[in-house]
Amino acid sequence: MVGPAIGPVRRAFAPWNDPSAKPFIEFRNVTKRFGDFVAVKDLSLKIYEREFFALLGPSGCGKTTLMRMLGGFDEPTEGSILLEGKDLVGIPPYRRPTNMMFQSYALFPHMTVADNIAFGLKQAGMPKADIQSRVDEMLALVKLEKFARRKPHQLSGGQRQRVALARSLAKKPKVLLLDEPLGALDKKLREETQFELMDLQMNLGMTFLIVTHDQEEAMTVADRIAVMNNGVIVQVATPAEIYEQPNSRYVADFIGDINLIEGKVASAGEGGTRLACAATGATVETNQTLTAAIGDEAWFAIRPEKMRISRDAPADPAVNALAGEVWDIGYLGDVSIYHVRLPTGATVKATITNATRLVERPISWEDKVWLTWSRDAGVVLTR
Amino acid sequence: MRKGQSWFNTTSVALGFAFLYAPIVILVIYSFNDSKLVTVWGGFSTRWYVELLNDQAMLDAAWITLRLALLSATMATILGTLAAITMVRFGRFLGRSLFSGMIYAPLVMPDVITGLSLLLLFVSIDIDRGFWTVTLAHTTLTMCFVAVVVQSRLVVFDRSLEEAALDLGCPPFKTFFVITLPLILPAVVAGWMLAFTLSLDDLVIASFTTGPGATTLPMKIFSQVKFGVTPEINAISTILITIVAIGVIAASLFNKRREVERQKAERLAMQG
Repeated sequence: MVGPAIGPVRRAFAPWNDPSAKPFIEFRNVTKRFGDFVAVKDLSLKIYEREFFALLGPSGCGKTTLMRMLGGFDEPTEGSILLEGKDLVGIPPYRRPTNMMFQSYALFPHMTVADNIAFGLKQAGMPKADIQSRVDEMLALVKLEKFARRKPHQLSGGQRQRVALARSLAKKPKVLLLDEPLGALDKKLREETQFELMDLQMNLGMTFLIVTHDQEEAMTVADRIAVMNNGVIVQVATPAEIYEQPNSRYVADFIGDINLIEGKVASAGEGGTRLACAATGATVETNQTLTAAIGDEAWFAIRPEKMRISRDAPADPAVNALAGEVWDIGYLGDVSIYHVRLPTGATVKATITNATRLVERPISWEDKVWLTWSRDAGVVLTR
Repeated sequence: MRKGQSWFNTTSVALGFAFLYAPIVILVIYSFNDSKLVTVWGGFSTRWYVELLNDQAMLDAAWITLRLALLSATMATILGTLAAITMVRFGRFLGRSLFSGMIYAPLVMPDVITGLSLLLLFVSIDIDRGFWTVTLAHTTLTMCFVAVVVQSRLVVFDRSLEEAALDLGCPPFKTFFVITLPLILPAVVAGWMLAFTLSLDDLVIASFTTGPGATTLPMKIFSQVKFGVTPEINAISTILITIVAIGVIAASLFNKRREVERQKAERLAMQG
């Protein structure tokens, strides 16, 4: 299994850890109902200036509704949305300092590329000469100078995506909203564009809010991610924290691949946590400080790449170890993913990096193997 | 598909065409008949066309019909488009079913009923019947056709285009004119043409709602037929058919050219 790319540490930028930092965008107890359906439930969130923020979740989790409320296309049923401390509720989209890049791009089919980019500037009443130079600047930014006179249907998907981006950036919005901006591109182009978006955001020094259901995309581009489910935010953290320290089974399972082993807390506190997993027969020990009572239900979450797989028994087979039999092997090129079947019938996944060219597998089907891990390889979750 | 053409297919196509076009072809041929009798061929002549040019009553009727069709089609297009927008965009509102029922009623109502009810209305509110009452009647009749055509286009209209315009600072009213209307224009034009054609050939409703001095061409032709058909009727029909045929051919050529251009553009886009 390819571990999702962890967002690169680009700079010491973490205003969310600074209690004196003023939020740029703030959702305060926002609720949105459509009839009986509650799309967003009493949600509060702070986003900081120059941040690249991602809203991540499955379809129907409320992430798009949240973004549309910031853009002004939907009004919250309750609560307020502040931008630089000013409440946006009641201001129509055409008077908001935000611009949105739509999932379908929403390019005006009867206008040329240049006219599409100039549209917002014309509405703002910018002088003609300034519009021209700004359009040229935007075309250069997205490398589409040669296509200014083309109509949208005369462009490829990637080029349309660039026009949509240029159009939404032309007015220098305070916040750029990106609604699944790369969903229609093929994988390779999508990955390239993700890095271009990051560079763009950093160079322009703008605040970007992206909505996506693609966890790799969110982890690549964003400074922070909010994982949403059923109208609430489950966790807000940096990509690395989300991946390494998920706060719940939902987040752990949604981001990347993970093994969840059910158990009961045997001891908890300053010294570490001990979990007795009756179903798999394992005893898990971590360095984590957990606040839970003895006997509470808990889950041990560990990523497949943090499991070691070996034919030899470990020194202490009673702790942080599981014995099983290789059931399936998936060869992905860079890594191989092993499905190890435990005596209880449960399956645990472990990955091995294929550091050398694969001639003969050191561990093969039906081999008896041991899975081991270190004390800080996984996390114990109580919800 | 040449191979698949059996004698059965050929025959059915021939019969189909004959059924559809034989009356028209005969009508056109006999418009050049020298004889005064429609059914007896008396040699080639264009005398009925000359006679038509001198028939002031017929020309007046044609002029009235044309003005009426232009005016009522335009009014029906404006009202029908507004009705379609209301139906598609305003979601559920009080009286929506009643509204849609009223809009589509003329679509299924027999012309006689529509005509009669309009006549009763005009009589009861004591309007002088004439050009304007027929115009109103035709607007009522053809508006529903425009609404149907425009509505089907609006249903598939990508609303994010309008949202994008709003997002870029364009107020809703202006958005309608710079984004929505240009994009639904083909449907609006199609609706207008449909309304124009319907008004052009309506006999029943016009007969009910007209008054002195506003005799339309279909009414004029129909009344002449009652006194016996002269090839003059054939001549004016031939002219009408020619106008309609030119319109249809022009429209299909225009569509074909657009299709070719679209394919060319797509090839261009593929090349990058």
